[in-house]
Order: sequence, then structure tokens, then C-alpha cells
Amino acid sequence: MKGKPHPHLYGVMAQFDNPSALVAAARETYEAGYRQINGYSPFPIEELSEAIGFRRTALPLIVLIGGIIGGLGGFFMQYWMEVIDYPINVGGKPFNSWPAFIPITFECTVLVAAFSAVLGMLALNKLPQPYHPVFNAPNFALATRDSFFLVIESKDPKFDHDEAVRFLRRLEPREVIDVEL
Amino acid sequence: MMQLGYIPPAELKSISMRALIVGVIFTVLLLIGAVVDRTQFFHAYLVGFIFWIGITLGSLALLMLQHLTGGVWGLIIRRVLEAATRTLPLMVILFVPIIIGLKQIFPKWTSSAFMNQTAALQQKAHFLSPGFFLTRAAIYFAFWSLVALLLNWLSLEQDRTDKKAFRKRMQMISGPGLAFLIVSITFASIDWVMSLEPGWTSTIFGLIFVASWSLSALSLTILTMSWLSRREPMNAVVQRSHFHDWGNLLLTLVMLWTYFAFSQYLLIWSGNLPEETSWYVARKHGGWGVIALGIVILQFAFPFLTLLSRAAKKSSDRLARLALLILIMRVLDVIWLIEPAYNPERFHLSWMDVVAPIGIGGLWIATFAWQLQKRSLMPINDPQIEQALQPAHEH
Repeated sequence: MKGKPHPHLYGVMAQFDNPSALVAAARETYEAGYRQINGYSPFPIEELSEAIGFRRTALPLIVLIGGIIGGLGGFFMQYWMEVIDYPINVGGKPFNSWPAFIPITFECTVLVAAFSAVLGMLALNKLPQPYHPVFNAPNFALATRDSFFLVIESKDPKFDHDEAVRFLRRLEPREVIDVEL
Repeated sequence: MMQLGYIPPAELKSISMRALIVGVIFTVLLLIGAVVDRTQFFHAYLVGFIFWIGITLGSLALLMLQHLTGGVWGLIIRRVLEAATRTLPLMVILFVPIIIGLKQIFPKWTSSAFMNQTAALQQKAHFLSPGFFLTRAAIYFAFWSLVALLLNWLSLEQDRTDKKAFRKRMQMISGPGLAFLIVSITFASIDWVMSLEPGWTSTIFGLIFVASWSLSALSLTILTMSWLSRREPMNAVVQRSHFHDWGNLLLTLVMLWTYFAFSQYLLIWSGNLPEETSWYVARKHGGWGVIALGIVILQFAFPFLTLLSRAAKKSSDRLARLALLILIMRVLDVIWLIEPAYNPERFHLSWMDVVAPIGIGGLWIATFAWQLQKRSLMPINDPQIEQALQPAHEH
């Protein structure tokens, strides 16, 4: 049966008591063919992102590019100042005294890479987000304390409300809840 | 005998034997070299000694570091590090040839004619006298042995008695121990390497050795873990995430060494004083310049760029290959630090410079493998052990 449209439903949510159950459930859900799924936990669980099929992000690339831009920018900023714009003879050393440029080059690399990491992370995970439907679920506040949640989103191509609820119940969660938009 | 727990693979015995055979063959070769050219023999011997004592002491540093920080990454390599520190008696014995060849190894400060050249050298002559030099060496070895002995003994007692107090005691030793280790390594590097050129000084010299010796030690540890992780019983313990941790630490140490080594270069280059720059002038020209460039590329740039990749750090094979490369570069680095002091005018590399690190290395590895076999590969009563054996998400 093909899924009906669900105009008012964000997805269905299952609540678990421990991280192992959440990871196991997430693996099974992914294997069952669901792709638009997400896990929520009070602390980072490394295997969880793997379990929900979240493997690569562009963040390392963004940070690398930021670092390279910072490094080159830092070096050539000094080169421009010392060689082109305002050359001064310091102790008979060449204008392009690259060893002296290295500390600033390194610092600019770190600075731009760090900014790229923070801003790139915010851009990729779309934070800050003033509204998110999962907070409509009554127990969801526990996600910051001792509960672990798995959501199958309604935008999943395979999503069918009754089927998804039945599937999640089989994973023996504490509870399965509908999440309104 | 061995407690129940993680019994080391039996192959360690044959590795120990084979290493001993290699060590003996190359030591005999080296002794032939001693007959042919006694001076060159002692120069090469110093290279081999400095490289391998570096792994012993770097392991001692990492051992104390992991006691202080805690964490599963350190728990799993603790027994490897402990076995490496138990090579210290061997290194004490191997110090004897340095005492015998003191005049050949340190031709400058053992000559009163040389030390009377300038007022500065005359001042240093009090510090660099054979009697005081050997007294200091005795103090270093006594201190290192004491720390290594205590940490190894407490760790074994912990296996036997299952008392929680041992962890605390090992931490109490490691805090001051690490601080004094850094001071003692600084002094030892000044005595054993910097004093080859008594006119030259660098205050960051000791820290370069702390970083590079820890780098050698971690590289050897990673090679050992890569080997152990493919065999019973450690294949059930070691995970990709552990290699990731060790890879991150390796990256840190590569950067730390680079930072110290470059700082020294930058300061001397900026200061531009003849008595300081001469050290680099000798090491930047001809063949030494090629080796210097090789060290910058293969002990810094290539490992640094490779270790940025998460996949490289998580793969035991790739990390082990990189660790092997770093170890080879470390030998070249030690040659580059020591040999130009004897021949500042020309590039001179002897076959003994290669034979000595292999000969001493054979004896070192034989001792290490023999010691590694003696204890459980995991400290079975450490409070962190359960955490180490759980899947990563339950930490």
C-alpha cells in the first residue's frame, strides 16, 4: 500500500530507555528501508549517526578550505606588507623573510579554519532553529535527561502512518507517539 | 605465573629470538667497525643509543601521561608502554660503551685545549667535566629506573590484588614523575647531544627531545598494537576508534615536535648570531641539507596531512605504515642531529650509522618482546576495564 499524504504529521516517534536500544532500533529501521529517520539523545552517541545512515558531511572539506584560505591569506598578507607595500630593511634580512611569517600564517590558518568549522556547522545543521516539530511530543523534554528517541519522518518515501507505528511497536519502545507538525 | 586474563600471543617468543639474532649479528658487524675505525664506531654508537633510549623514555612519558589523563586509549596500550620501560636495564648496560668512548664521542669538551679557547667555554668546563657528566648520567638513570620500577610494580600488584587504591597511587607518582622526567630529559639531551658542540646553546633543545622521543615511542606502540590487534586476545579488545585516538595523539606529537623544532630554528634565524647559526649552517648544506628537507617533508608535512584524514587514523594498516615511516625518519633525524657535529665541513655518512641503530634495536626489541610476554596484555583489575570492553556508545 502506498503511503497516504499526511498534511499535519511530522512523523512517528518511539521512546527508548537506553542508548543501546536506540542504536539497535535505528539500525533495524534503516535496514527496513526507512531513510528519513532521526535519533535524539541526551549525549552524543557515535554509532547512532552511522545507524541512521548519516555517513559523511561536507564539514571537513569546509574546514580544510577555510584553513587553506587562512594560511595563504595570512602568508600573503605579510608578504604584501613586507615586500610590496612597506619594505623595511630589518637587520639586513631579505624582505621576504618567510621564517618570520610562519607564526602568523599558522595563527591565521587556525583562526579561519575554526570560524569555518563553527559557521559551517551552523549552516549545515540549520541551527539556530526557533521551531522544530519534535518538541510537540509531550515527553520530548526527556531527551535532555534520560530518554532516547527515534523518529520516522512523514516525508520518507516509504512512510505510511499505520505501518510505521506497527513497525516501531515491534522494536519494543516504551511508547510510540505521533508528532504533529 | 601469569594471572588469568589476556595471555600474550606465543609468537612473541619467536619474535624475541629473531630480534636477538638480528641484534647480535649487527652488533658483531658494529664491533668489526670498531676495529676498522674506532672513532666512527663511537659516533655511530651514540646515534643508536640516543634513538633507542628515546623510545624507552618516550614510553615512560606516555605511560605517565595515560595514568594522569585516564581513558581507554591509554588502558589498552599500558602494558606495551610498561614493557618498553622495562628495557631500561638494557639501556643502562648499553651506556657503558659511551663511558669507554667518552673522548671519542665528546672530543671537544674532553679536551682542555678546546675548553680554554674562550671565557664562555672556560665557564662551561666545570659543568662538562667527565666526573660530573657521569654523576649526572647516574642520577638520570637512577630517577628513571625508580619511576619505571614503581609504576611497573604497582601495575602488577593491581593485577594480583584487585584494590582500587593502585590507580590513585600510580597517578600520584605520574604527576611529579612527568614533570621531573621533562627536566631530566632536558638535562640528558644537553649532556649527550648538545654538548657535542660546547659553544652552542639552545634552551628549547630538551623540549625537542621530549616531543620527538614521545613521537618515536608512540610510533612503536602503534606498530605493536597493530600487530597485537590481529591476534588473540587483543583482537577482541582493540577497535577502530582506539586507532583513531592513537592517530590523534600521533598528530598532536608530530605538531608538537614541529612546533619546538621550528621555534628553535626561527629564534636562531632571527637572532642571527654566528655562534648560534653555525649549528644550522653545518646542517643545511650539501647532503645534510637534503636530509633536513627530507625530515621536514616526511616527519612533518606528510604525516601531518595524512593524519588530518579520519579514515587514515581509523585504519590500523595505514596508521602502522605511517608509524613505521616516522620511526625511520626519527633515525635519520638523530643522525642529522649528531653526525654534523663531528664533520661540520662536509657531508659524511658511515655504514655504521645504519648498523648501530639496527644492532641496538635488535637487542631492544628482543628485550621488549620478552617483557611484553610476561604479563597480561590488559590490566585486568583497573577500574576502567569494564568501560574498555563495552561497545563505544555505552561509555
